[in-house]
Amino acid sequence: MSNEIDVVRSSLPKAQRPDRSRRVDVGGIEVSVVEWGDETAQPILLAHGGFDFAGTWDLFAPLLADQGFRVVAWDQRGHGDSDMAALYTWEADMRDAAHVIESLQTRDPIPVLGHSKGGGMMNQLAEVLPHRVGAVINLDGIPNQRGFSNQIDRSDVNALAAELSGWLDHRRRAGQMNRRADTIEGLAERRQLMNPRLSKEWLQYLVTVGARCDDDGWRWKIDPTMRFGPSGAWRPEWAIPRLRGLRVPYLGVIGTVKEEMGWGTTPEEAFPILPAGAEFHALADTGHFVHIERPEYVAEMTVNFLGRVL
Amino acid sequence: MTTTFLEHVRSRLALHELRTGQGNPLLILHGLGECSPSAIPGIVHGWQGPVFALDFTGHGASTVPVAGGYTCEALMSDADAVLAEIGPVTLLGYGLGGYVGLLLFGSRPTEIKGLIIMDGPGLDGGGGRPTSPMLMRVSQSDLDGSAPDPWALAELASDVRPPSYAADHVRQIQALSGMDIAVVVACLGRPEWLTEVLTSPVVVESDVTTALLTFSSI
Repeated sequence: MSNEIDVVRSSLPKAQRPDRSRRVDVGGIEVSVVEWGDETAQPILLAHGGFDFAGTWDLFAPLLADQGFRVVAWDQRGHGDSDMAALYTWEADMRDAAHVIESLQTRDPIPVLGHSKGGGMMNQLAEVLPHRVGAVINLDGIPNQRGFSNQIDRSDVNALAAELSGWLDHRRRAGQMNRRADTIEGLAERRQLMNPRLSKEWLQYLVTVGARCDDDGWRWKIDPTMRFGPSGAWRPEWAIPRLRGLRVPYLGVIGTVKEEMGWGTTPEEAFPILPAGAEFHALADTGHFVHIERPEYVAEMTVNFLGRVL
Repeated sequence: MTTTFLEHVRSRLALHELRTGQGNPLLILHGLGECSPSAIPGIVHGWQGPVFALDFTGHGASTVPVAGGYTCEALMSDADAVLAEIGPVTLLGYGLGGYVGLLLFGSRPTEIKGLIIMDGPGLDGGGGRPTSPMLMRVSQSDLDGSAPDPWALAELASDVRPPSYAADHVRQIQALSGMDIAVVVACLGRPEWLTEVLTSPVVVESDVTTALLTFSSI
């Protein structure tokens, strides 16, 4: 098996597994925390997107570490190598993020960077812990008034009936569910349906990090009780008025090619709602995963931005 | 009273049969921080069918999970596990249980034979619109695994319940339940979501006795 992993990972020599890992108790369950770079350097916290995991930073984080940062990321509860929980909410994820910051043993404000859901979380973190957040870098996690990019028309009775009953049907099965086993190639092909712009080599690499090898094949580690798609009353657009009011140095980066996993926010929608003085970049010919499609460019922007504001 | 435990997602849910009977079952959903009654409440003595009561996750004799993460949708799914076990029911919900009942009715509109919303803890939640976010904390010394779970008390007293979200569910009830009167509001409380729900023609204000009589004949 290790030979199979080595072969897959050798196709992406720039990807680098973390230098250190540890576990942090977040109130009865543990999350996996990983770090790249000098342990005594300036920390920066990275928050991954929904249905991703800390290993999705393996291309991007080493670039920041090379520039002198202690790069800290964690697997959100139920994702990657963190414990599965009985229950999941945005607010519980926020508490977990605060526990990870607490584990850094510093009271100084630190820069935080998040992708997609992680970007939304870091927006909120800057509001609920303004004394602990020194700067925010948001990678394609800026909300818009239209809500989720893949949401249904909730006035369509049949469509909403299918969504609501589908969610409950999933919950009825969830206790007995196991993610489907497959080969590395098979899991990568399935993920490519949701990540169509990412290379086969990268997606296969992700399998070796975010999946485990059981007797019957590879399966993603993410909690099988989780289901992709909106549920509940929470809407991303609720964050818009609060985002405008942040008083922290802010860098917003979005991709301009719409993808199902993305928030679908256009540059015209994003820029006016950012905090005063925010730096903003809309990347042409780039999809939702800006840090994976263009790791060097986004890392350079990040380092330059932090050089100016820290 | 007999108690059955339902394995659902990561919870072991206590479903109490307070009284056996023939006909349409009544399912009681308790309020926030409460648990099922140990005996049939006086107000439902006239109900002809069996009477059940569910302890939500983190309440009563059901599993108390660690690390919180409560949503009304997760509790709705708890109640849906009862539908999977015993089939269609009429719902009598107190406070939080009334709101959860509305969500379930909107999601399973042909499997609920009427909902009665009563006053009780957790009727309002965190109001109809988002307010300042905060990092919720509970005292570690209170997290001893006993019910009610302090995380449930904190999180389900502050979850946002937009009127438009409740309206989505009552629209599903109106379109798909086939009932002329589907929801009876028998409480004094009027959180924003409930005021919105009352604009639907399938929702009426009445007393619990009349409501039970109406739904028992379905």
